[in-house]
Amino acid sequence: MKEVVFWGTRGAIPVAPTHRDIREKIVAALIAANGKSFKTRAALDEFVDKLPFAVNGTFGGNSSCVEIVGDGPAHFICDMGSGARPLGQAKIARFGVPNPQTYHIFISHLHWDHLMGFPYFAPIYIPGNRIVIHGCHPQLENAIRLQMRAPNFPVDYTQAGATIEFDVMTPGVAKYIAGINVTPKRQMHAGDSYGYRFESLDRTVVYSTDSEHKLDNKAEHDEFVAFFAKADLVIFDAMYSLAEAISVKADWGHSSNIVGVELCQAAAARRLALFHHEPCHDDKQLSRLVAETRRLEQITRGSRPPLEIISAYDGLTITL
Amino acid sequence: MNLPIREAAGVLIVSVSGRIDHTASEEFALALAPVLERCRQGASPVLLDFSAVDYISSAGLRVLMMASRQAKAQRGVLAIAALQPLVQEVFAISRFNLIVPCYASVDSACQVIAS
Repeated sequence: MKEVVFWGTRGAIPVAPTHRDIREKIVAALIAANGKSFKTRAALDEFVDKLPFAVNGTFGGNSSCVEIVGDGPAHFICDMGSGARPLGQAKIARFGVPNPQTYHIFISHLHWDHLMGFPYFAPIYIPGNRIVIHGCHPQLENAIRLQMRAPNFPVDYTQAGATIEFDVMTPGVAKYIAGINVTPKRQMHAGDSYGYRFESLDRTVVYSTDSEHKLDNKAEHDEFVAFFAKADLVIFDAMYSLAEAISVKADWGHSSNIVGVELCQAAAARRLALFHHEPCHDDKQLSRLVAETRRLEQITRGSRPPLEIISAYDGLTITL
Repeated sequence: MNLPIREAAGVLIVSVSGRIDHTASEEFALALAPVLERCRQGASPVLLDFSAVDYISSAGLRVLMMASRQAKAQRGVLAIAALQPLVQEVFAISRFNLIVPCYASVDSACQVIAS
């Protein structure tokens, strides 16, 4: 595996910045510029690059969709949230039509925010493409078909020209798929969700979203430490603060940055990507959250090697 | 886990010490249980003196969440005082400072909760 590309990182429902959010960013940038003039575009870019991410960028608003770039020609995708739309467009732009491709799609669970991008994933409409949808829910195929059935969507599932296959996997059982070993793990979420551990010869990526962790369950803790063990990257549901996750939002099926750090430290993982961002959080709040998480890692590190903390954003590419 | 208790200004002060990690959190919950039983309306407020706690994990924070819930259900008063700077940071990052009242020192806590 070479890279991970985040196409949708928002939890629960897609969000978009408002005119007020954009205006605030422009005002903040102009205040930072403080009347400077820029003689070249390069000088301007250098200035912009030094601005805080909440000013020069945005975490974005598409719901869960993550691409794992493998070593072979097949495409690996986790979840079909609204981020699947720009991902599909990028694939069409790159490979053109006709140029048959194989897409392996791994579905964490069947909630809408993880499936809603499927009807907008352009490769499904192109004859010759092969789409294999992997998951652990027995209702996987029905859920995919249902959202493309009147009155939910104007184009019926049968209009998709690609060959679409379904593969119901067994939790805990590894499967070798186009050069990558994939092991699903059952997670605590309404209706169950499944995390996936992807292992190539030299890299390991774990996708673990929509997963609540009960802190008094030692066996569950140990299972996740094993699931995350020595991963190069763990993509982790950090939707809530710890206080929220175990009080007012207990049993809502999500986790926190603190539990992510603790599990990755215990598992000796190399990088943690905070993921499935709370839709109520703006760029400033998410920037603060990642800064706090880095500080937490620093003060709890002890004698362990550092754990790199990233906050995933739409468009982020990580080299493994 | 040993939790020495003393009383001052009508407040039950419980001294907590060491690392409250995933392993110790269960012992911490068990040791705290009899104290929490006493944390009721009309009884002495309970103050956890954290000056000797140098680490707390999510599992330890969960024990505090459960303690806070029990105290509230019994209409008792429960607070924490004298967090070490790094532990105070963990409280802030986890937002636990919004769940349980935290005071800078045992004295300042007693002044507030004794009344």
